[in-house]
Amino acid sequence: MAEVLVLVEHADGEPKKVTAELLTLARSFGEPAAVFLGAPGTYAKAKDYLAQFGAAKVYVAESDDIAGYVGAPAAEIVAGLVGTASPAAVLVAATADSREVAARIAAKIDSGLIWDATALTPELVATQGIFGGSTIVTSKVTKGVPVVVVRPNATAPEAAPGTPTEQIVDVVISDAAKGAKIVDRVVEAKSGRPDLTEAQVVVSGGRGLGAAEHFALVEKLADTLGAAVGASRAATDAGWYPHQNQVGQTGKTVSPQLYIAVGISGAIQHRAGMQTSKTIVAVNKDPEAPIFEFADYGLVGDLFNVVPQLTSEIEQRKAG
Amino acid sequence: MNIVVTVKQVPDTWAEKKLDAADKTVDRQSVDNVMNEMDEYGVEEALKIKEAHGGEVTVVTMGPAKAVETIRKALSMGADKAVHLSDDALHGSDALATSAALAKVISTLSPDIVITSSEASDARGGVIGALLAERLGLPQLTQARKVTVDPASSTVQIERLADNGYALVEASLPVVVGVVEKINQPRYPSFKGIMAAKKKPLTTLSAADAGLDAAAVGLAGAASTVVTSEPAPPRSSGTIVKDEGDGGTKVAEFLAVQKLI
Repeated sequence: MAEVLVLVEHADGEPKKVTAELLTLARSFGEPAAVFLGAPGTYAKAKDYLAQFGAAKVYVAESDDIAGYVGAPAAEIVAGLVGTASPAAVLVAATADSREVAARIAAKIDSGLIWDATALTPELVATQGIFGGSTIVTSKVTKGVPVVVVRPNATAPEAAPGTPTEQIVDVVISDAAKGAKIVDRVVEAKSGRPDLTEAQVVVSGGRGLGAAEHFALVEKLADTLGAAVGASRAATDAGWYPHQNQVGQTGKTVSPQLYIAVGISGAIQHRAGMQTSKTIVAVNKDPEAPIFEFADYGLVGDLFNVVPQLTSEIEQRKAG
Repeated sequence: MNIVVTVKQVPDTWAEKKLDAADKTVDRQSVDNVMNEMDEYGVEEALKIKEAHGGEVTVVTMGPAKAVETIRKALSMGADKAVHLSDDALHGSDALATSAALAKVISTLSPDIVITSSEASDARGGVIGALLAERLGLPQLTQARKVTVDPASSTVQIERLADNGYALVEASLPVVVGVVEKINQPRYPSFKGIMAAKKKPLTTLSAADAGLDAAAVGLAGAASTVVTSEPAPPRSSGTIVKDEGDGGTKVAEFLAVQKLI
């Protein structure tokens, strides 16, 4: 069975859930071979996780050159592995960093690229929601080794404990790939909440909140539910919440089990980033807000009354 | 500073977007087309760099004849000249072929800085900056929310957006910069700008003019294909309730019934 290369998504070695999803997907049509790229000493934190979720093999590439430059070194290593391993496909998580790496890999190995797949058959036919999820297409790569960028939550991760063989990759990065040097990483907001794109529950706030400090209401509800916090473009444009949390056409696309929109009208711009959520709940004082046209449960009312009541009700139910 | 900025004409965000029934490419005929909104931030950043450090801004686009409207917009904002790569053979090009074609045109312009935006609203790949960097062999300064050019040391530093903050990334010129929205406030074209745009130099290139192999671009050269396409099942509205003072409790009940809490 051919290998399927899975680029491990991690933060300083701590694997993201999407990695387990990709390994599960890879197992459906090949032998999952995880590719771990990181700074020296970071693999140790991912080792057990990769074994737990069924990696048959792990290519371990640790180098300061990988962590120290944008994009190009990672693409160079993976493209090199494609040359030696002749995999059936390369699977990459749909994060801002990794999709760029995926594109560079596809260019280097002269193969086709598919992004934002929400499903992938063993025949490598990918499903994508395009135009903000309003059209569903299936597509496939027709040239080379398919490079497929897969959305988080595309599949449920299934454990398949084993003992992967480890292959240490001799990391030699070309000078050309060392152009964009990362000189510092600055953490602005450490929330402790789940990643927006990976979260099972997302609570988002919009224009109706009226001020930055009112996002505390959204955060409190989110924390009660173990949710990530999102924001509409109106809210990020106003500077009420960080741009990184923006959901919508020019922000992130999310597809959680539950999406709660607080004070968001649901214009097409926002809808494009969240309409594939399984269940949508909306709280808005305007009964004409477009979000009520596609919400599963809509509450017409003042969010400043509804949200605190909802938060305390959930807390009580959890306590009871 | 010789600055190149890429722009793309896309269907209006508010238009109902569709794929062409015959060849499953984006239907650009039946909708209003506009400059990709994110590209306005790219053009603005190019103009700001020019205003701060001098130089020239060249707009590059690939697209059908009517994409010249988008070029005009960029010129009316203040760009100096434009190159329009336009050929029926390019129709249906995927991101990989598009990046190769654009890179070929851009390399003849010998830029110090190539600016692109983080994504186009029609395809939403978010990969063109990385691909241009790869094709041109230049440092990839994408996902930039702030760009600082230092002509004295011939370096560019950006704040690259990260999930919990940003990375400070530095490179020597020439570079590819990819900007995110909110990096600036794009200007509106002035009446004077609109009039001046009509007289600005515009070069139109065919695939052959640009030295492109027709078999490697367009639908013929695409490395992936759409197999099927259908509208997503419509999302109908569910239960709408007016708050009577117990709205929060009602939402909680709904969540409990759905086993979401």
